[in-house]
Amino acid sequence: MNFVMPAFAAAIILFAFIRRVPVFDVFLEGVREGAQTLLQIAPTLLGLVFAVSLLRASGAIEVLCRLLSPVADAVGFPAEVVPMAMLRPVSGGGSTALLVSVFEENGPDSFAGRVASVLAGSSETTFFAVTMYYGSVGVRNIRHTLLAAVAADLTAMVMSAVLVRTFFS
Amino acid sequence: MKALNIIWSFFVIFSTGCAIFFGNTDNLSAAFADSAADAVQLLLTLAGVICLWSGLMKVADRSGINAMAAKVFAPLLQKLFPRLERGGEAFEAISMNISANLLGLGNTATPLGLRAMKELNRLDGGSGTASDEMILFVVMNTASLQLFPTTLGMLRADYGSSAPFEILVPVWLSSACALSVALVIALTGNRLSKRRKR
Repeated sequence: MNFVMPAFAAAIILFAFIRRVPVFDVFLEGVREGAQTLLQIAPTLLGLVFAVSLLRASGAIEVLCRLLSPVADAVGFPAEVVPMAMLRPVSGGGSTALLVSVFEENGPDSFAGRVASVLAGSSETTFFAVTMYYGSVGVRNIRHTLLAAVAADLTAMVMSAVLVRTFFS
Repeated sequence: MKALNIIWSFFVIFSTGCAIFFGNTDNLSAAFADSAADAVQLLLTLAGVICLWSGLMKVADRSGINAMAAKVFAPLLQKLFPRLERGGEAFEAISMNISANLLGLGNTATPLGLRAMKELNRLDGGSGTASDEMILFVVMNTASLQLFPTTLGMLRADYGSSAPFEILVPVWLSSACALSVALVIALTGNRLSKRRKR
């Protein structure tokens, strides 16, 4: 499984090379774009790592988890991932920070780590996308868009726990 | 971004309150002092992964892989957007955006998506109200359907996962479920409002 990524990368490069793309130049262009993305999410990341370290050090996170655990338990969702699930629809950088903190605390191969991974892979920063797309054309009345999008997020939450349990038990 | 203002403030104030209540003020002070450096550490971990894949994906994009994928999805999208002219600008932008999302070409997908919205808005006459097509398209963009979640896999590897891509199939299934729910609700809503109009 570990070979998937290098093989995938090599396939992309081979394909591009055959089609006469100036491979390395384009690669560098992409890396530069990546660096810009990084600079864009850096402030969010700093702000949220700050808030999350306070949450963890103060014991507030245990209080939050205990408050939300009846709901989370009902669908078999791990309490450790609840803060990330809360942030996921609002902030991409922020939920990445929380994903990494789940990895640090529980390990990526733990139940919580796997659920967090599946959730991160199968949900989007919903509110951001909706605001950006409709905002760009000045649409105010978005009708049932948010209902459908939020239902999709909730589905991803429930399914991530269900699927991890099915696949890794 | 209104929600984040409230959530962030709540996190900080609630933490400080808890620290006082539980007598954890020393821990909180230490976390306060370390957090900025931790953030930079995380940023550096992410920097490599994001830049490397952004570079590789740019190569994939330039090789025309996206345009080819878009052709494959065209028949499927025709069923979802029957009112759009196939080969028209809106339809093209939508299929390119969806296939860019599937391939994980985030930097390519967003401008294509914005162009699709502009076209859909023009076709709708710019009423300020979302058209049926806009709802379907935005909803498809909020359910993240991606064949290879590269950043996720690399992050899992960085934090010592023994099989970073073991989550691939659950990720696909979970996204597919989320997307189906979103589409069913969007299509049902479209149908209901059409009936009301008559």
